[in-house]
Amino acid sequence: MNEWVSFLSVNALWLIIVVPLMGAFLAGAASKLNKKWCFPIALFSVLFSFIFVMLLAQQVWAGGIVANTVEHVSQTTLTLPSGSVLPIRIFLLADGMSILMAFIGSLISVLAVIYSFQFIKSQETFYYPLFLVMISGMYGMVLTGDLFNLFVFLEISSISATGLVMTFNRKRSPDSAFKLITVSTIAAMMILVAIGILYSQYNALNMSFLAQAIQWTLLDKIALCLLFTGFAMKAGSVPMHFWVPDAYGDTPASVSAFFVVLSQASLYALFRICFSLFGLSINNVTVGWIIIILGVLSMFIGVMMALVQKDIKRLMAFHAISQTGYMLLGVGVGLAVLGTPAFVEFGSMAMQGSIFHMLNHSIYKGLLFLTAGAVFYAAGTRDLRELRGLGHYMPLTTIFFMVGAFAITGLPPFNGFASKLLIYESVYAFNPVLSAIALLVSILTLASFMKVFYAAFLGPKPKKKPKPIPHTMLFAMLVLSLLCVVFGLFPGIILDALIKPAVEALVSAVSYSGVFTFV
Amino acid sequence: MLVYLVIALLLALGFYTLLFKKNLIKMIIGIALIENAVNMFLISLGYVSDGYAPIYTIAPAETWSSMVLPTPQALTLTAIVIGLASTAVMLSLAVMVFKNYKTLDSSKLGGILSE
Repeated sequence: MNEWVSFLSVNALWLIIVVPLMGAFLAGAASKLNKKWCFPIALFSVLFSFIFVMLLAQQVWAGGIVANTVEHVSQTTLTLPSGSVLPIRIFLLADGMSILMAFIGSLISVLAVIYSFQFIKSQETFYYPLFLVMISGMYGMVLTGDLFNLFVFLEISSISATGLVMTFNRKRSPDSAFKLITVSTIAAMMILVAIGILYSQYNALNMSFLAQAIQWTLLDKIALCLLFTGFAMKAGSVPMHFWVPDAYGDTPASVSAFFVVLSQASLYALFRICFSLFGLSINNVTVGWIIIILGVLSMFIGVMMALVQKDIKRLMAFHAISQTGYMLLGVGVGLAVLGTPAFVEFGSMAMQGSIFHMLNHSIYKGLLFLTAGAVFYAAGTRDLRELRGLGHYMPLTTIFFMVGAFAITGLPPFNGFASKLLIYESVYAFNPVLSAIALLVSILTLASFMKVFYAAFLGPKPKKKPKPIPHTMLFAMLVLSLLCVVFGLFPGIILDALIKPAVEALVSAVSYSGVFTFV
Repeated sequence: MLVYLVIALLLALGFYTLLFKKNLIKMIIGIALIENAVNMFLISLGYVSDGYAPIYTIAPAETWSSMVLPTPQALTLTAIVIGLASTAVMLSLAVMVFKNYKTLDSSKLGGILSE
């Protein structure tokens, strides 16, 4: 028994990615025999990868960075018979930050699959395999140590995401899916050109090796611009946010919840590029301020657009853009003061706030998308002008929606408050105006969620009695709202256990680039 | 040098087609042009003039610096396959768009969707 556990934990790093991928093909093959087999295969794949993430997390918290090359755990260079030594292996690499992202992904994927059981009543044969491929691509993006692998996993996840947007083939779906794939392809091409530029100069694709080798020439700056733009497009930050409301709005709610994690994986890649890959040479203040300005614009434009929406899921998608702004703001402040005494004073706190906000955001935004899906399931429409009085028939969903809405606006004692407070305080020390804008955006967020609450859940009873919500959907929402409350009540435990190792892993570029000693 | 000119030309044509053409099929052709330009850029990185093929058991020291490594070719093959997949997805979406709205004109699509 113990042998099995130790075997699995040594190999956990690549099993995390492989298990959902194999599950996808297995589910696709099994669906030819019987459609009912798709769900259990999907559920077991995501549960197993959740277990592997936990096994890996133990190792990372105990011993720092874990790297793996499938067949050799420690060998990092290839010595040719002639004596020439090349760092050519493709690495998987997990440090505090990537294990946090993998944890977020595994949590949301398990709950989203459970939610799908009774929510997805048609197209299961396509839905589950594509969902599993998307999950596997997300894990790959956060666990890879190789730039080209990053590109491949990005494309895997965005192509399967496009397929998932088409699940229900409603009126708007093909158009939304077309926008998503166009933006993804252009972003991926930018990233590929940047990878080519870096390869042409340093003959390597390994991120740790590149971090040591980068000379900060003009070509490197162009590569940084291309990588930055590509990942910012995929993360859905303003000004390339136009695909977000369409893509989030037209997918099934369970997939929208995972799309949040997917854009955070792009955000993770963006931070990884800025802090680890270019961490030793980057001009902190300039790039930090660019991230801050993008963050403030995303925050403000996202919430202003959300105020005027009439479709409940498009409204929530615009809030997702706005909340991405908070994460960019905090990390931008951290980057702008990195390496100065101010970093210890408030910079690391800003980083902790926004990394914690990534965790919290995927929990409460996932919850809100799932409640929106439940509203659609029950009432058959997502239009706020047609919805009314659902609170009479769906008391539990109403409570879950309120928990999510309070968390996103940052009211105590929910989890949004804990991370937003950290961001407000630290950003105030950096620049009070930015903090004031962040507070204003929170108030506008509250206003728009009050509109949804009044329109959908209060008012006279609807003419048609809504369908009852199945137990699996309620279970997924219950778990997420409990997590909202628990993370809000005990933020200190989560900060110490998950967030601080992540921030340390992100800011210590030296330890990232020094994982392997290359000749 | 000529190859970079061709790449720049292809990129310019691709972005022009993507941004200024209204027909979805033409937009897909624009994206395919951009993909091809990027692939050509990647493959051009692998070219070493007077290079040595990497098929030695024990390579002499003078070949080390001008060895033609197969990495860019492997990258390009992968990128071509991925480009094929995304082009196929885009074309099938264009078919769905035409079935749903009876048009491929993106300016008319905006009007249909905002109704």
